[in-house]
Amino acid sequence: MQPFHFARTADARSAVLMHGSSLRDASPDPANASTQYLAGGTTLLDLMKLGVMRPGQVIDINDLEHTKAGAIEFAADGLRLGAMSRMSAAAEHPDIRRNFPAVSQSLQFAASAQIRNMASLGGNVLQRDVQPSLAVLRNPTWFNPGISGEPHDFRDSDPHHRSANV
Amino acid sequence: MVSHANSGPRWSRRNFLATSVVSTMSVTLLDHPPADAAPASAANPRDPIVTNTTINGRHYRMAIDVRTTLLDALREHVGLTGSKKGCDHGQCGACTVLVDGRRILSCLTLAASTEGKNITTIEGLAQADGKLHPMQQAFIDHDAFQCGYCTPGQILSAVACVAEGHAESEAAIREYMSGNLCRCAAYPNIVDAIKQAKNKMEGA
Repeated sequence: MQPFHFARTADARSAVLMHGSSLRDASPDPANASTQYLAGGTTLLDLMKLGVMRPGQVIDINDLEHTKAGAIEFAADGLRLGAMSRMSAAAEHPDIRRNFPAVSQSLQFAASAQIRNMASLGGNVLQRDVQPSLAVLRNPTWFNPGISGEPHDFRDSDPHHRSANV
Repeated sequence: MVSHANSGPRWSRRNFLATSVVSTMSVTLLDHPPADAAPASAANPRDPIVTNTTINGRHYRMAIDVRTTLLDALREHVGLTGSKKGCDHGQCGACTVLVDGRRILSCLTLAASTEGKNITTIEGLAQADGKLHPMQQAFIDHDAFQCGYCTPGQILSAVACVAEGHAESEAAIREYMSGNLCRCAAYPNIVDAIKQAKNKMEGA
């Protein structure tokens, strides 16, 4: 594993400002960006150990779990899953189990219990294969908490677009 | 890559300056964490970072390579070798520990990310007088280990599994313990042990 600068923040705006490396990077693929966010780490650290990902800076955003970014909220227009909520929290949420069983059932047996405790839903979305249950829901949208209020259609198939909006 | 707490580079002015700068910065950050924290260090990424973690109720302050996983920090720096490295890639569960009560894989967690957290390892389960945790006792009573290598991870995972309410049936135990592999195939006995411990833990 290559050494890296490590930073940690509990503030979404700071996390976005600290990132800022996409303009400098040679490759347009966010997966190759020199700065990476660290949430659960179940993918990032795995790939860093293999030398597949070699960020020069890692920003630990796990503390955002305790902010709005980690919230699971129900409103008249539907369910809002914060990107920093953990897979296990969404899978076990009684209201999700009752009202959105496709979501909870697709999450509750994925990977392992330990990984579900660590893995964020935002990271789950960044996996190459999109969470199928989320893709079939009506009007799934994807909000960038830091930059603009513009919602993006979750089904946007461009993985670069998805990655850039974390 | 891993430096040991009591060995390492020969003492030199460069090491002294690097270490004292990191120590000073870490004290400052602990006292007054800025809301919009700038990167913790503009220095060389190969410089050690300082972490403060509570492990089994004791506070530990470590100066370690930034790449150090929690698993390696526990085993190599703190000397708690109960947590095992089975695959080092999050697939076997032998490295399972509890962080703030949640079971996680320490091989895929940076030690740096555990700043301020409470960690429980297998060494922290028994009471101070040596009395075993009900889960540990149940694993002995039901012969739930052979070589013992997966066992610390199994026990911690099982403790959390019960606390999560996922040990209500044999089927649930098997499913929710599926992140802990046992090459000796002690699985049937592990399930029996968890059933016994669950009753004890829930005050039956």
